[in-house]
Amino acid sequence: MAFERKHILGLEELTAGEITLVLDTAESMREVSDRDVKKVPALRGVTVCNLFFEPSTRTRSSFEIAEKRLSADVLNFTTIHSSVVKGETLLDTARNLEAMGASMIVIRHPMSGAPWLLAKELNSSIINAGDGWHEHPSQGLLDLFTVRRLKGRIEGLKIAIVGDILHSRVARSDIWGFTKLGAEVRVVGPPTLVPKYIEEINAKPHYNLEDAIEGADVVIMLRIQRERQDSEFFPSLREYSRFYGLTRDKLKVAAKDVTVMHPGPINRGVELSSDIADGAEAVILEQVSNGIAVRMAMFYLVASARRTS
Amino acid sequence: MKLLIKGGRVIDPASGKDKKGNVYIEDGKIKSHPADTKKIEGEPGVEVIDAKGEIVAPGLVDIHVHLREPGFEYKETIKTGCESAAAGGFTSIVCMPNTNPVNDNASVTEYIMLKARTEGIVNVFPIGAITKGEKGETLAQIGEMYEAGCVGISDDGMPVMNSKVMRHAMEYVKAFGIPVLTHAEDKNLSGHGVMNEGDNSTLLGLGGIPSASEDVMVSRDITLAELTGTHLHICHVSTAGAVRLIRAAKKRGVRITAEAAPHHFTLTDRAVAEYDTNAKMNPPLRREADRAALVEGLKDGTIDAIATDHAPHSEDEKKVEFDLAPFGIVGLETSLPLSLKLVEDGILTLQEMIEKMTSIPSGILNLGRGTLEAGAPGDVVIFDAEAPVKIDRTKFRSKSKNTPFDGWDLKGRVLYTIVGGKVVYSG
Repeated sequence: MAFERKHILGLEELTAGEITLVLDTAESMREVSDRDVKKVPALRGVTVCNLFFEPSTRTRSSFEIAEKRLSADVLNFTTIHSSVVKGETLLDTARNLEAMGASMIVIRHPMSGAPWLLAKELNSSIINAGDGWHEHPSQGLLDLFTVRRLKGRIEGLKIAIVGDILHSRVARSDIWGFTKLGAEVRVVGPPTLVPKYIEEINAKPHYNLEDAIEGADVVIMLRIQRERQDSEFFPSLREYSRFYGLTRDKLKVAAKDVTVMHPGPINRGVELSSDIADGAEAVILEQVSNGIAVRMAMFYLVASARRTS
Repeated sequence: MKLLIKGGRVIDPASGKDKKGNVYIEDGKIKSHPADTKKIEGEPGVEVIDAKGEIVAPGLVDIHVHLREPGFEYKETIKTGCESAAAGGFTSIVCMPNTNPVNDNASVTEYIMLKARTEGIVNVFPIGAITKGEKGETLAQIGEMYEAGCVGISDDGMPVMNSKVMRHAMEYVKAFGIPVLTHAEDKNLSGHGVMNEGDNSTLLGLGGIPSASEDVMVSRDITLAELTGTHLHICHVSTAGAVRLIRAAKKRGVRITAEAAPHHFTLTDRAVAEYDTNAKMNPPLRREADRAALVEGLKDGTIDAIATDHAPHSEDEKKVEFDLAPFGIVGLETSLPLSLKLVEDGILTLQEMIEKMTSIPSGILNLGRGTLEAGAPGDVVIFDAEAPVKIDRTKFRSKSKNTPFDGWDLKGRVLYTIVGGKVVYSG
């Protein structure tokens, strides 16, 4: 099948076939990353702008490396250097970048739906690098890619996502991706951080960590935002960690060959004890490496869709 | 000035009239419903409108409009808002106090009245604020605003969170006999919500406004209405819970009335798909069960009136991230066709629909409008209930075009809007 999308805004829109195509393409891209000369000309002459309205060294670097391995010209634009502080609208900022020749815009924005606004109004291809609480499709895809490589399949696996589900774009992308490919997804966290309606989008809510990870093939730990403590969501990080922090002891109820993942950056000793973070089950750094291949695949497919349309 | 409207189907719910006939207006007032028009037509200076096959009804009354002036003239002015109203068949509109400065004292009320008199082509009745600056702390100059022409008080958009302040406001207005209008929302419960809390907000990753935040406040305000005996009017009801609470309160005799907006009885939170900021309003579009409850409430009389909550915002303000876009949509020019859909769907009779857009809302605020009885102001709308219309926002008379109904195929064309015997709009 051919990939016909000009934008990648979320995994909700992608079909199982499209997701699988991205993962298959990422396999070949990984091969590029293993070469001595890690470069292919797929995006030669294409200007890609990384438009980041939130600090994110990790995701931005991963996108940038992916762009460079595909030979794109890269322009980084972050709020610190932007005229956003002068009150320019998001659309005006993006239109300026387009006028400078950018034909692909990678956007990270604190508000849900911001990439949609650009996709509706601009000619450029928009790649969502995380919007508000909504979606983080490249993270979802790299999680799928990592799991598929390790387990050889997605279908039939039991996936547990742990933490602040309410405010997590990673959780939403993971839920869409894993359920579309036939996995069973459970979410767990303090009831204040597990949205009441999550069940209607095919994830089973739990409030007890052991219940949620029992028999799980994959446990995805989410980063807990420190500013959520001392708010109305939960009393303290200490209490959070006691009930929802993953320890070796609690992990015993998971499947024997359980894999532990985390989108990073991790709070050691809060959501994840160090012995697990550094243990054999954890594939956190592998996720990071895979992220580059997956992002290369996203660019590659969107660029070919642009060429054919 | 003399105007004869000939041969239309005259529907005047206030007097129970619905039959083919004529309406004669003289000196700005309804003079008579003559059976024989020959004599009048023979008189000099009589303008005649042939309304054969059309509906002749009292001019529509919208008791929930934001005219934005003073302060936000780039969104709407009293002049453009009135023109928009006339194009929608409205002859009387009630404007909310969240202007800049807030209409919380008589000088702002007088300014609005003056502008309306000199530039407005329909009747404008202001609502004064409950509290100074709509801050929910101390009472606004309610008595003086009443003297200047305010027909009710409300902190629309900024609910009075302090129950004691609300109680005192409800007691204080008893001296003037005007109602308190409530935008029922617990702001703490709504938090930073921007759409209805539900499965759709969950998957869009947008902050949710739970229906409980409306229900909690409707419940409080009903309780205070019982305590004070003051007439409470509940604005833009959007939840099934609120409908239930109002129904029960009415049953035990509490003095309350309620309105619903066309967007709430027409759309659900599915309309927010793809982050359409023209589907962002407060209260938000709710779930289908809420929409169905509103329709049921309109049918059984729990919801007394239809009001638009016409909330103009500029194109630039709406073309931003969903979180940053202001709440609200324009409604004056889509209200009649959307309400006629309730008739087409067999929910309301045409008479009931007209009643909810004329005599009932007029009665809620004692405007003395909304009827075609002899002696009443000569405010009339003539419309074709069957004529197909395609909503085209570029044709709106309103300064703002923020509507989720652009391109909709509906029925109901306004042919004439007549205020005080003078044609102010013909379509």
